[in-house]
Amino acid sequence: MTPRTITELAAALRDGSATPRTLLSAALAHVDRTEKDLNAYLAVTRELGYAQADAAAHMLEEHPDMASPLCGIPMALKDVLCVDGIDTTAGSKILRGFKPPYTSTAVQRLFDAGAVCVGKTNCDEFAMGSSTENSAYGPVGNPWDIERVPGGSSGGSAATVAAGSVPYSLGSDTGGSIRQPAALTGVVGFKPTYGRISRYGLIAFASSLDQIGPFTRTVEDCALVYAAIAGHDPRDSTSDPRAVDDPLASLHAGVEGMRLGIPREYLGEGTEPGVRDAVQAAFRVLEAQGATLQEVSLPSTDVALSVYYIIAPAECSSNLARYDGVRFGSRVERPSLTDMYLQTRGAGFGNEVKRRVMLGTYALSSGYYDAYYRQAQKVRTLVSQEFEAVFKEVDAIVCPTSPSVAFPMGSHDDPLSMYMCDVVTLPANLAGIPGISVPCGFVDGLPVGLQVIAPRFEDARVMRVAHAYEQATGFHAQLSPYASAAA
Amino acid sequence: MTETATLAAAVDRYEVVIGLEVHAQLLTRSKMFCPCPADYTSAAPNENTCPVCLGLPGVLPTINQQAVDFTVRTALALHCDIPPFTKFDRKNYFYPDLPKGYQISQYDLPLSVNGLLEFPVAGESVRCGITRVHLEEDTGTMHHAGDVLQSATSSLIDLNRCGVPLMEIVGEPDLRTPEAAREYLVRLRQILTYIGVNDGNLEKGSFRCDANISLRPRGAHELGVKVEVKNMNSFRAVQRALESEIERQTGVLDAGGTLVQETRGWVEAQGRTISQRSKEQAHDYRYFPEPDLPPLRLDAAFVERVRATLPELPEARAHRFQQQYGLTAYDAAVLTDTRDEADTYEALVAAGVPAKLAANWQSGDVAALANEHHVPLQHSGLGIDGLTSLLRLVEAGTINGPTAKELLAELYVSGGNPEALVRERGLAQVSDTAELSALVDAAIAANPAAAADFRAGKQQALGQLMRAVKEATGGKADMPLVNRLLRERLSEQ
Ligand SMILES: [Zn+2]
Repeated sequence: MTPRTITELAAALRDGSATPRTLLSAALAHVDRTEKDLNAYLAVTRELGYAQADAAAHMLEEHPDMASPLCGIPMALKDVLCVDGIDTTAGSKILRGFKPPYTSTAVQRLFDAGAVCVGKTNCDEFAMGSSTENSAYGPVGNPWDIERVPGGSSGGSAATVAAGSVPYSLGSDTGGSIRQPAALTGVVGFKPTYGRISRYGLIAFASSLDQIGPFTRTVEDCALVYAAIAGHDPRDSTSDPRAVDDPLASLHAGVEGMRLGIPREYLGEGTEPGVRDAVQAAFRVLEAQGATLQEVSLPSTDVALSVYYIIAPAECSSNLARYDGVRFGSRVERPSLTDMYLQTRGAGFGNEVKRRVMLGTYALSSGYYDAYYRQAQKVRTLVSQEFEAVFKEVDAIVCPTSPSVAFPMGSHDDPLSMYMCDVVTLPANLAGIPGISVPCGFVDGLPVGLQVIAPRFEDARVMRVAHAYEQATGFHAQLSPYASAAA
Repeated sequence: MTETATLAAAVDRYEVVIGLEVHAQLLTRSKMFCPCPADYTSAAPNENTCPVCLGLPGVLPTINQQAVDFTVRTALALHCDIPPFTKFDRKNYFYPDLPKGYQISQYDLPLSVNGLLEFPVAGESVRCGITRVHLEEDTGTMHHAGDVLQSATSSLIDLNRCGVPLMEIVGEPDLRTPEAAREYLVRLRQILTYIGVNDGNLEKGSFRCDANISLRPRGAHELGVKVEVKNMNSFRAVQRALESEIERQTGVLDAGGTLVQETRGWVEAQGRTISQRSKEQAHDYRYFPEPDLPPLRLDAAFVERVRATLPELPEARAHRFQQQYGLTAYDAAVLTDTRDEADTYEALVAAGVPAKLAANWQSGDVAALANEHHVPLQHSGLGIDGLTSLLRLVEAGTINGPTAKELLAELYVSGGNPEALVRERGLAQVSDTAELSALVDAAIAANPAAAADFRAGKQQALGQLMRAVKEATGGKADMPLVNRLLRERLSEQ
């Protein structure tokens, strides 16, 4: 069997059946073969990758016992993560040609562990979207059906793992941008607790909601990547100083005796019947593993979407002010400053980004702040409190990750229907709590994801439940046509 | 009518209401939210910058604890309350000297509130409320090829200053005259420099002032239309700008016109303010809580630790100088003007120089030399130790006053040991009674007319005799002794 997971590849590197260079070469060749269909990459970092592969080989040779399981393993990074000297566009024309002079903390931690970077992955512009159709550099094909979207905004990072080019990648999740594409491409996607992973070097969309996390093929791999990047960073004041629980320590503990809640609001009318069936089957699997399932209620779910679409645009309107054509990125030359601002931003931003900047600017404007932003913050607190109350009754929440399977490109052309994609993922961002998506079946050959949500800092618990489910089923082992072809 | 007369007439009919906003850069080692050096004047353009203060994509701010300490120190010196919970907010606007497109500042929960500043105006003590003291970051600087950005053909941006910690001190509209406004600033700057948080340089802009001014008919309760005045870079400019604004507003009101709420800039060369921006053009800053920084909790123990670092403030120190050293109110104020000045004085006294002698010399000749050479005593060739030695020689009667003055001027520039120099050059005062008595006799013999005049009651005739003795000693005579000997001898016959 071809090794595909981090764990398997790490073993291959140690038994001599692979070297970091052969793994990188295979990954690059796979990307070359699949890119015309998938468009998952905005940049392939061949040179950086080979340098890292050689350093990793040295490490594995000299200090095999000290080498991280990630040492010598290829991976990819969503193009919102800054890497020193490497083009970083956030999927936007306005950052065309921008090379950051520094590397983000999470990425640096992977590099320090010996990770080998294959490239920067395509995404919705500034991570705003749920289909990756908002990228200024073209949409990404879903490896299960390239006429369909891979979800978003981290569509490229999801697709490249689903296609089998790399065993893992990093994405960012502001309202579901890791979990939803993971569900739609049949891979594992994890959004950790807010404050667990440093945001330093992550191009901000909505600072109070953004969180970096991994895409992997298995929950165990997810735990490995998470353990490598989690922990306090003095450069991010919102990163939490408390010690990180090792998710591997409790990964195999199972769900026997656990109480799992199913929020009735998360399986509402908008959920496709096929998705509902797959998720309910997953609940039965967990029950068979010894968990107790019960219905719970999160009454503010319907307003959470509205709250999200006030807070996230408000923060984004401010975060994106720095793209003004003055110091970096693209500029439309004009004789007057105001014209230069208007033309640069007008030409540099796509429609969805403009829509959200305008929404946010409006929500923060004098005279509207109290009615929108302040009110939204109050409801956000309510959303958190409802989760806290539910977590007094249950240990974790299980529910669908996305109300639908991957949809055809161009089918969600009105913004509101696109916004509905995140209705069961964004509450976890509002509350800052961890959530994972794990493959739980197929509808007409398209993957479905099961979401597991737990209280703040119970990241290990989320992985424990997901792992128990994954081991009892095996949907994660089913490969997309692009991954099968590579075998 | 003269300018002053116009002003006086205006003040008869209208009550002037002034409130000041001061922006003071903090003397921290590093910037407010990144590790770059906060010193922006001695570096090449854009040298002291990093991804954080350049506002590059993906970077995050971290709070400079020293800046928080300094602001709390200031708040305590201004008798402010320090709420246990404070947060940062974003103030959003576009300008090329503001890389992030927002300034991190504080909006509805500032670091401190409800303070008070007391200061003298023409001998009367005036009190002005302090609304708030909060912490924010400075912007970069721009150099336009042309007067203003709008008409410039090109513009250069230096971001060394961008992110330097800035304290905003907002005063209540309690001030009633331009002079009071000026004295408020003088005292505020004195306090900030005393507590070591700001260097008080108005010209370089490390201490900047904007003024809000309105007029209302005497007896009216409602405030008049407020005008904000900017671009004043000296105490004198603040006073003049406010005077000019009072005249302008009086003119408008007297003519039956209405004032508009606006921002006006002081043009020093023209001696008037000109309109910069009307209320309609005012920015909507879209303040909202800074999501990249958690709120700060300043507990009582922390506030007390900062309070313990507060030095004695100028007003209290001047009061103590009067009590402890028997100085006049004027001398005490002069000698406590700056913390260095007061420290120097107390060092001299501690080294054994009598309090009065030290006060006279420090506020007289030493101050004049410091002014002349633009070098404070502690950095002069003489130094505090040198001055101590010199004044000990004066006190012991080893040298006389004129010799001491000459030596002071020389050593202030070139440095050296006063005692050694006095020995070397034989400058010691001639105070031997027998020697001086002989010289006194000789002087009387050589100037019989002057002696006769003095005996006849002409006091000033003594001067000629004194000079004769002084010359005979090469200027080294103990002149008070000469004076006594001459009077004794002349009254004998
Ligand atoms: Zn910096």
